[in-house]
Amino acid sequence: MSILVDAATRLLVQGITGREGSFHTQQMVEYGTQVVAGVTPGGKGKEVAGVPVFDTVAEAVAATRPNTSIIYGPARFAPDAIYEAVDNGIPFVVCITEGIPIADMAPVYAYVKEKGARLLGPNCPGLITPGQAKVGIMPGFIHAPGPVGLVSRSGTLTYEVVDALTRAGLGQSTAVGIGGDPIIGTSFVDVLTLFEEDPATEAIVLIGEIGGNDEETAARFIRDRVSKPVVGFIAGRTAPAGKRMGHAGAIISGGSGAAADKIAALEDAGVHVADRPSAVPELVAQAMARA
Amino acid sequence: MNVHEYQAAEILAGYGLPVNPGAVATTPDEAAAAARNAAGVVAIKAQVHTGGRGKAGGIAIARTPGDAREAAERILGMDIKGHTVRKVLVAHGVDIGQEFYLGVTLDRPRRRNVVMASAEGGVDIEEVARERPERIVRALADPMLGLHPYQARQIGFELGLDPAKINEFAAIVARLYDAYLATDATLAEINPLVLTKGGDWIALDSKMSFDDSALFRHPELEALRDLDEENAIELDARRSGISFVKLDGDIGCIVNGAGLAMATMDAVKLHGGEPANFLDVGGGASATQVAKAFELVTADPNVRAILINIFGGITRGDVVAKGITEALGHVAVSVPIVVRLAGTNAEEGKQLLAASGLTAVDTMDEAAAAAVRAAA
Repeated sequence: MSILVDAATRLLVQGITGREGSFHTQQMVEYGTQVVAGVTPGGKGKEVAGVPVFDTVAEAVAATRPNTSIIYGPARFAPDAIYEAVDNGIPFVVCITEGIPIADMAPVYAYVKEKGARLLGPNCPGLITPGQAKVGIMPGFIHAPGPVGLVSRSGTLTYEVVDALTRAGLGQSTAVGIGGDPIIGTSFVDVLTLFEEDPATEAIVLIGEIGGNDEETAARFIRDRVSKPVVGFIAGRTAPAGKRMGHAGAIISGGSGAAADKIAALEDAGVHVADRPSAVPELVAQAMARA
Repeated sequence: MNVHEYQAAEILAGYGLPVNPGAVATTPDEAAAAARNAAGVVAIKAQVHTGGRGKAGGIAIARTPGDAREAAERILGMDIKGHTVRKVLVAHGVDIGQEFYLGVTLDRPRRRNVVMASAEGGVDIEEVARERPERIVRALADPMLGLHPYQARQIGFELGLDPAKINEFAAIVARLYDAYLATDATLAEINPLVLTKGGDWIALDSKMSFDDSALFRHPELEALRDLDEENAIELDARRSGISFVKLDGDIGCIVNGAGLAMATMDAVKLHGGEPANFLDVGGGASATQVAKAFELVTADPNVRAILINIFGGITRGDVVAKGITEALGHVAVSVPIVVRLAGTNAEEGKQLLAASGLTAVDTMDEAAAAAVRAAA
């Protein structure tokens, strides 16, 4: 078991003929993900890594019945691609694209919710269920199947923690990157809910960073609703206030969003917070031994 | 992106908001002339991208052109929280009756825009939010339908406005919301919004910030960027696709990925050092990107060691290593360099580095500790 993606995932790639889209399609196919179709307007009849390309999502859906879509490509076109996927009944859409204006994402978020679909991202690395399906841009080889569910706002920092877990013999049920933008489709709480229900997940790792208060919301949810052990790490203890640290959402503003507040909230909720990424596996092992 | 008060006021005036007239001056003589034109009491206001100008002495009231000149002489060149005052706004004096706060921003947890108002105008709204949250009235805008007129009226009634003033107030709320949306703002704020003793509305102080991701469709806003207010190095970095924030320490950091870059700064601190910067080289980490990163980091005279932390994902370790060695051929680096390479093709990368005399370590902790030792 796992969450959101597995061996039964039938993936559609929107923007498949672009530089990123074609490269990552190749990578996902090599990992073993079932990539059933791609869409690029005007690309009908082409193939990328053996995957057939269609002009529209409607055609791709009719021909190949995908149940998940992943979007690569420029910020100008990404919201439109999300609408196209959702309007064609795809229940789970992953958006990798970085730099989508906030004003474009606010209606996208509301629309996806109203249609009962799920959006992961934007500005995220995607997700992976090791050994079954990789739907994103993470390096597959650092992952291993196992009992740890991981959820993160970051990309390379997630790889750092996954790598440490795998080296310590702790594989992952699913690793989910929710993205670093101010408006994202899937929150920590959404993923925690799924991990709590997933029988294959025995412990959860939550990786946060400065900005917003999603970690605080997650902490309240963990206290009230999560029975599995949770280990956390928060990046940005040394970040100054008022400066955006790379990610559009990573800014401490008006005294809120600081790492210390997030760490305190998580610790109050019984989460074991690591002071460095390399300390995560040991805390996970201890928490699982106690559980 | 931030703009000055006078620029925000010009934008809001374009959306029909009743901003207080004023003129920008860069010299005491210009300030005196503007005061003469105003023919009355004026406020001389420092134009800097930071709050707390009043407390810092950056705002003065002048009754005569002579007073205006003196005030401008004192304020121009003043340092307010690290910002040098290069311009003042000479604004007309206003006969204040009541002061309100009115602002539009994103309510992140609810993923919707929110209009906020308070009858406690002219003070730090964050302080009001902390200490007297019941004094702030809010209305969430529907992401599809926008802000309804009834919501704007309701805010007015909840503020205790005279019913005769409600429609005028609601129009101001609607225009501010329109301006916020049309410019891809992340904040549009009038503080205070004044109701004069004569019953007129005046936006006495305006503030706007804009979504960096949306600037591509607002060339008119890009033109308002004040290069004096921006860190030249940070701007230079952004043009190369690098995120850079200058800090006060002495260990320069070059990292791929924003989250890992923050974690690397934290690791430096944990090992007893102080990071000199936040730097995310971006996804590619090509030779040109790495060369640019070296240039940015070594431009800071405080830097005594450089820590490069790369976790190869799609970015391959050997490509990054090649980038590092090539970059060192172009940029002279005189401080010790500590490299940490992990992930995709890390071993090949390490061999390439070894061939050019650089040793790479395996873990972030080792690298941070080594960089702190090297800087000591």
